[in-house]
Amino acid sequence: MTTYRKYSTLAPPALWLGVFFVVPLLVIFVYSFFQRGDYGEIIYAFTLDNYLRAMDPLYAGTLIASVRIALIATVLCLILGYPLAWYIARQTPSLKKILLALLIIPFWTNFLVRTYAWIFILRTEGLLNNTLLSLGIIDAPLEILFTQTAVIIGLVYTYLPFMVLPIYVSIEKLDRALFDASRDLGATAWQSFRRVMLPLTRPGIISGSILVFVPCLGAYITPDLLGGAKSLMVGNLIQIQFLAARDWPFGAALSFIVMAIVLVLLLVYARWGTINVQSEPGDST
Amino acid sequence: MKITRLYFALFSIAVITATGCSGGSSTPAGDQEITPNLNFYNWSYYIADQTIPEFQQEFDVRVRYDNYSSNNELLAKLQAGASGYDLIVPSDYMVQIMTQLNLLQPLRPENIPNLVNIDPRFRNLPFDPENTYSIPYQWGTTGLAINTRYVTGETDTWEILWDARYRGRISVLDDMRSGLVPALKRLGYSVNTRDENELRQARDLMIEQKPLVRTYSSETYMDLLKSGDIWIAQGWSGDIYQVSKENPDIVFVIPREGSYVWVDNLVIPNGARNRTTAEAFINFVLRADQSAAITNYTGYSSPNRAAFPLIRRELLEDPGMYPTDEVMQRLEFMVDVGTATSLYNRMWSEIKAR
Repeated sequence: MTTYRKYSTLAPPALWLGVFFVVPLLVIFVYSFFQRGDYGEIIYAFTLDNYLRAMDPLYAGTLIASVRIALIATVLCLILGYPLAWYIARQTPSLKKILLALLIIPFWTNFLVRTYAWIFILRTEGLLNNTLLSLGIIDAPLEILFTQTAVIIGLVYTYLPFMVLPIYVSIEKLDRALFDASRDLGATAWQSFRRVMLPLTRPGIISGSILVFVPCLGAYITPDLLGGAKSLMVGNLIQIQFLAARDWPFGAALSFIVMAIVLVLLLVYARWGTINVQSEPGDST
Repeated sequence: MKITRLYFALFSIAVITATGCSGGSSTPAGDQEITPNLNFYNWSYYIADQTIPEFQQEFDVRVRYDNYSSNNELLAKLQAGASGYDLIVPSDYMVQIMTQLNLLQPLRPENIPNLVNIDPRFRNLPFDPENTYSIPYQWGTTGLAINTRYVTGETDTWEILWDARYRGRISVLDDMRSGLVPALKRLGYSVNTRDENELRQARDLMIEQKPLVRTYSSETYMDLLKSGDIWIAQGWSGDIYQVSKENPDIVFVIPREGSYVWVDNLVIPNGARNRTTAEAFINFVLRADQSAAITNYTGYSSPNRAAFPLIRRELLEDPGMYPTDEVMQRLEFMVDVGTATSLYNRMWSEIKAR
């Protein structure tokens, strides 16, 4: 009876995970070993070709370039997001609520619409150029739209809140007395930030970075719309396989490789994070 | 025990999903008579405002109307299994793919007497040589939109896309087939070539051209043309016609090296529950008045001879919309390239990766 009860409470989440996560993933995994027929149909015969093809410098290069862009976006989000989270956490409770709401409000608007808005801001005769020109800061319009810079701006803009919120939570939980104590014991502001605040907010930094890095790596609308589709990110490559090229097996293999990379990075990151937190007290003795 | 059963259930779901639930296909009533529903899946902005209401009234049918924005989106939906649609509008090469994948059912000409209205030039096209599955709905060409305020000199050639004076003012269609057309035609090759060597040369030309490209785009280029961010765009005749109505500086030209004609077609997918109603609808839009209304609204070219007297003159007289026979001879129909699709895919990725 007790075992029955134990499993019955486990069933809904297990079923949820099974139906919406494990099964689709399995389907993709199985597809990645099949072949493409002449007309884009799937031929159910085992092959490793799709994985071998992904090792081609053309595709591997795209993957590396995507990791690079996602890393840049993540680091920028961290640099911008940390002070913002810290600032919000220091405000009065009512102001905090307002600021957090402001952070979330953009999500009420469709992502595609917000991305299009950036086209209007960044284009040659757009808001940014017209403002800078009329202020006399520049004398020729900046060509930002349809460059990699525009892609990174778009990514940072979209995912910044995902960085701010977890860091905010970890700063919020922080006991201010620890900070004061470190100052009383003679630490400079930088030292108490570096030795007290940063280690204690590391969980927030780690989850924020993961929440930003993973979707950035898979981004395909931003590079298409803001990057002018001039360079491929791995998300675009996968999208092309499933649509224009009608090569689902290869698309599935690429998806799996990306997932594997994300998984490995997460494991390394998580491990590195916890070890450091644990070893911190030992360091100071 | 419970756990094993759960695994078994999950496994069964996996198997069902993987095999793609091909439901049984007993003959539905819709095969014989007009049923009161029609599920129509069409490109966006691709029908006149009055078409569907008038059909609903005349035949006492309720039409559910949905839109898609690419052939691949349509195919993916159809391949995923029972889409529920009775009538769809794939382009030329996609008709061929869908036929090969056994996704379409034959049309019954006896239910579509207005077939006689179709221009003989648009019957029995290479992608469906007997019109077994498809009837042309609208067509158009791919060419260049030129902003005559900024672009001078010879404009009726693909070579203008390689003119360094227009660096950063050029857009090229963002798909592996259309995007290679400027280079293939400049080299004098077919848009349907399967020759790896020819495709390599085309790729090299497009790589050479890439520094001049502002964006690869199949949709946003219209806005950028209007705003003047782009002066030269490879694009579709009807799209550019619509832009030129708002910005008269923009003209559409078919380059002298040639290009391709695309044709969108009415077809009935397998598993359609309202086959006879779909045929009635096809017959309805092939009527001269309905066909002309659609063309007058969308600006795309009509394959319907009988509709010509009712089509706006400015459209009929535009050589970009209704090219002369001499120009038509330099245009190819696009067909699927089979295994060579992966070559195109490869070349296109190599251009993009630069």
